[in-house]
Amino acid sequence: MLNHCRALDLTDEKGFLCGRILAELGVDVIKVEKPGGDPSRRIGPFYHDIPQTEKSLYWFAYNAGKRGITLDIETRDGREIFARLVKTADFIIESFQPGFLSTLGLDYDQLCKLKGDIILTSITPFGQKGPFSRFQASDLVIMGMSGILYQTGDSDRPPVNMSLPQACLLAGADAAAGTLMAYYHREITGEGQHVDVSMQQSTAWFLANAIPLWELNGIISKRAGSFRWSINSSQRQVWRCSDGFVFFNIIGGRTGAKTLQELVKWMEEEGMSSDFFKSVDWETLDMFKATQETVDRISEPIEKFFKRHSKQEIAKGAAERGISICPLSSMADLFASDQLNFRKYWKEIMHPELNTAIKYPASFVRSSEEDYGLKSPAPLIGQHNAEIYREIGLSDHEILTLKQASII
Amino acid sequence: MKFFADYGATVIRVETSKRPCTLRISAPFKDNQPGLDRSGYFNHFNANILSLALNMEHPEARSLIHRLISVSDIVMENFTPGVIEKWGLTYDNLRKIKSDIIMLRQSGFGSQGPNSRQPAFGMILAAMAGIPNFIGWKDRDPLPIGVSAYTDCISPRFATAALIAALDYRRKTGKGQLIDISQLETALYFILPALLDYAVNGREPERIGNAAPAAAPHGVYPCLGDDRWCTIAVMDDHQWQNFCSAINKPELCDDPRFNTLLQRKNHENELNELVSAWTSQHTPEEVMNTLQLAGIPAGMVENVADICEDQQLSERQLFWKLKHDEMGPFSHLGASFTLSRTPARAQRPSPRLGEHTEYICTQILGLKDEEFARLASSGVFE
Repeated sequence: MLNHCRALDLTDEKGFLCGRILAELGVDVIKVEKPGGDPSRRIGPFYHDIPQTEKSLYWFAYNAGKRGITLDIETRDGREIFARLVKTADFIIESFQPGFLSTLGLDYDQLCKLKGDIILTSITPFGQKGPFSRFQASDLVIMGMSGILYQTGDSDRPPVNMSLPQACLLAGADAAAGTLMAYYHREITGEGQHVDVSMQQSTAWFLANAIPLWELNGIISKRAGSFRWSINSSQRQVWRCSDGFVFFNIIGGRTGAKTLQELVKWMEEEGMSSDFFKSVDWETLDMFKATQETVDRISEPIEKFFKRHSKQEIAKGAAERGISICPLSSMADLFASDQLNFRKYWKEIMHPELNTAIKYPASFVRSSEEDYGLKSPAPLIGQHNAEIYREIGLSDHEILTLKQASII
Repeated sequence: MKFFADYGATVIRVETSKRPCTLRISAPFKDNQPGLDRSGYFNHFNANILSLALNMEHPEARSLIHRLISVSDIVMENFTPGVIEKWGLTYDNLRKIKSDIIMLRQSGFGSQGPNSRQPAFGMILAAMAGIPNFIGWKDRDPLPIGVSAYTDCISPRFATAALIAALDYRRKTGKGQLIDISQLETALYFILPALLDYAVNGREPERIGNAAPAAAPHGVYPCLGDDRWCTIAVMDDHQWQNFCSAINKPELCDDPRFNTLLQRKNHENELNELVSAWTSQHTPEEVMNTLQLAGIPAGMVENVADICEDQQLSERQLFWKLKHDEMGPFSHLGASFTLSRTPARAQRPSPRLGEHTEYICTQILGLKDEEFARLASSGVFE
């Protein structure tokens, strides 16, 4: 759909997802790496656990669908070539420290001189300006400063972070939305602009009802492990089943009554219901007000019921009965998922350099109009140098010279 | 739809008091008094959106919704699949009303498939997407991420990108389209490296607490105060040297237990105790400021009160304090990113249910006053 657009992607792992999303929507995304390859190619896991720059699965995951060139924009020739590329581009995506592009003479104002309507998207830990903008950060640090980390973990241990970095993904997805928001404005007015994405802000942007709970009730939401923390009671949400874990919230009222009624019916069919259930009106049960005793008396029989069943039995029963209960999927479960396979979610993408095909998500979007989605694997180091540099008018001789000088 | 409203689109929420949306009936409420216009949860998330009260089960509703579609660019819905079909508002029918309409369907599992009719909440979908496998300690159970409904904040970002691409496609070709997005399918993009690790190496994830494969010290450490914590992530030897100086323990620089990454990983428990002994004597702010000054990634673990006070977030206008008829001055969620030329703007507080019904009917749909009055008395605007 956006096949007429081009993006130059200068990001490291903080911004990979932005270009990845744009590429799935048809944008010609050119990943620009330093000669020798981006340091993020050293992030694991690796293909067959071989820690080489061309085998990083992290790189594969978030650079699939992009083309790739090598270019050292810190050299004079490199900058000159970059300037030529900018003239062919709609978007530039970068994740350098605020101020770095300016030292190269490539900040937003200077890029505008090369291409008046360019859209520059910057993804940084805290944003371009402000008291924290020069802070050093990692995913852990950002998650800590976003409000999510404090609420995650067992109550008797320190807050615990998700071991796969998330802040870069929330920011990367925001960057894609922001870039295209700016693009739509450009299509109408001819004006480009600078999209400033802060990983901290993108992460703190969604804290569910924690902000209103603080503002209206003065309550600081806390981590509660396998339980959901509430004012009057703690409510189990991670349950054991015979071969794993089940996630389920007891939610009363209109939102959750149907699930509870159907679950009780299911338990009755198997002779595992409880007399206490008869005394509860699911339609009016308010978990915000429920006492711990009520919660416990509802939970105990459910706990026993889940323990008697396997993940698969619970998944199947829940889907058939249309109820909101779900086992925790393993990676194997996801590849075997009937739902995902029904929708042809997995697609084999050939990696000629490995002489093998690897399964990726085919696309995040289904359209009646166009076949979106992933068409190619992540680029090898400098894989598209020749075709892209020829396109902007470099001769083969110049390409050879630049390569020998480690500029490309 | 928040993204579109914040950047200037007219976004109309079609809703009914007969079956109000989950958030409108969710606590916390202003002064703990429930009411459809008093939910903090709903009102936090709906700045800039207009509300049209319309009871879809009422016989007059169908023609009104058709008129509304005929003047719209995009129709978005996230009902459990089946609801839209019952109302006859499938994409094929919408196209008959407006040939270039763009429709977004955004349900938990996608609009078809064996799970498609299963009602889904964010917490359940996060489990379905395998996210808790990555959260917790080796000796304990997997944990949910601390924001319930995590997947709720993932798919709208993908959907916004797809919708703008569709709007652009319409400008260039005159064609609309149906876009179907599954919350589960977008959430899996947030664990992609682990999926590939399984696909290629057959490896299932393990819970590792706050450790990082190639950094130490790396973790969450206790600070002065009640349930106060900081994060520290020493990424290389150079930062380790700076860390030792910053905490006034220069003798550690040459300590053979810690002076290389491998040694630090080998003695990680000892190292964490040593770091905790220092952090415990300081507030999270002190740890952050001391270590940042030395160029080491470190920060406060902010609770929700800290977030509301955070200078950086407030400079970037994460929240808009807007006066709401029932809530009074109240923090509405603001922008998640900044556009230099066309920033998100707070134009109005979250709508009361049906607050803009008359405006939408008379000004946007062009109903005559008497026709509006007749419909209002029929009860269609409930």
